[in-house]
Amino acid sequence: MRVRFWGTRGSIPVALTPADIRDKLAQALLAASGRRFASPGEAYDFASGHLPFSVTHTFGGHTSCVELENGRNEYFVCDMGSGARAFGAHVLAREGGRPATVNVFMSHVHWDHIMGFPFFGPAYVPGMKIRIHGCHDILEHAFRLQQSAPCFPVDFDQLSASIEFVKLVPGETREVCGMAVTPKLQRHSGDSFGYRFEAGGRSVVYSTDSEHTLDDPSQTAAFVAFFRDADLVIFDAMYSLAEAVSVKADWGHSSNIIGVELCQMAKAKHLMLFHHEPANDDATIEGVLRDARRLEELTREGPALQVSAAYDGLEIAL
Amino acid sequence: MPVPHRNYANARAVMPSGRLDHASCEGFRSDLAEHLDGCAAAAQPMVLDLSGLEYVSSAGLRCLMLAAKEAGAKNVRMVVAGMQPVVAEIFQISRFHLVFDIFPSLRDALAAVSPEAAQAFDRG
Repeated sequence: MRVRFWGTRGSIPVALTPADIRDKLAQALLAASGRRFASPGEAYDFASGHLPFSVTHTFGGHTSCVELENGRNEYFVCDMGSGARAFGAHVLAREGGRPATVNVFMSHVHWDHIMGFPFFGPAYVPGMKIRIHGCHDILEHAFRLQQSAPCFPVDFDQLSASIEFVKLVPGETREVCGMAVTPKLQRHSGDSFGYRFEAGGRSVVYSTDSEHTLDDPSQTAAFVAFFRDADLVIFDAMYSLAEAVSVKADWGHSSNIIGVELCQMAKAKHLMLFHHEPANDDATIEGVLRDARRLEELTREGPALQVSAAYDGLEIAL
Repeated sequence: MPVPHRNYANARAVMPSGRLDHASCEGFRSDLAEHLDGCAAAAQPMVLDLSGLEYVSSAGLRCLMLAAKEAGAKNVRMVVAGMQPVVAEIFQISRFHLVFDIFPSLRDALAAVSPEAAQAFDRG
């Protein structure tokens, strides 16, 4: 199984500002003071080996869109946030005019999770087949609504692809082109659904926009079972724990700390922090990751849990 | 076992120990609520002396946050003291160090909430 992150930011897309880029350049130049590089390759090696990720890269700004590949000929993608535009371009480039099937799995229909669909290229191509899976009754209504006048110039009915909405039931596993998919109800305004994907002996859990308080043992046990032994858990780590249990309680999101605890209890192998707070800059998200890794070290009782932070463009093989 | 406490003049030190996690936090929460009621009735500030606490999980931290809210509502000043390094680090990681007034030792905390309490501590 292969996982590609096309959009990793929570709530609203963000972009690096000119000041952000200037500051990154200044930090890189300071770190390189006194060094000489004979070629761009040497400079690249120095940047890769000696500078923090937050200086050389960015966690990116598109909202939720994560592709899964299981080696079959259909596409799988979680959510249609603004990252869906780049994902759509990838599909069209790879197919080179051939028809394809894209299976979409929707966590919920808040705007940041559907806003990329009007810019999803394959939706405009005759012969393309798009199956939008989800557990909400209002799934189709939400997609049509955002493409209604006066909000968008192209009505949903004008899209050329064949688009089908597929209702899933929480807790019921469905086989989709060699991928076993199980949805799970999560705590979020208007409900959200996580998905556990299993194929070829590998498992990925996509669990965003989900508030875990861990104060209800039965709920905790249900999520531990959902995450159990997963090779990868993509987890909503939008807030600090202090925020999530105080000023932002009931806002429907979780923290890096809860992610580490749930994954440790479930003996998952890799925690991917996701749905980054839009107010956090790259250095802050890097700090959230550092903290999560340190907590994992402090509380480790069995095999190490790998902890990463998702960024737009990240691709991992399982 | 109820969370023990000791009064120092007009301040109350509450001293949880061991692990504060999913298994223990509900009992801790109800004990702490009783201590807060006692402090409110006697107009006492409360020092949470965490020197005996070895570990706190997210569930334990949530209990502390709820207690802090309750203390605010009851007009009880609640501060934290004497954290072991691991617990102090978990407070930092969770950003709880931004929520509580934290002191290195029980003596420092008592001095901050009441000079009489610090004198009582010094007398032993």
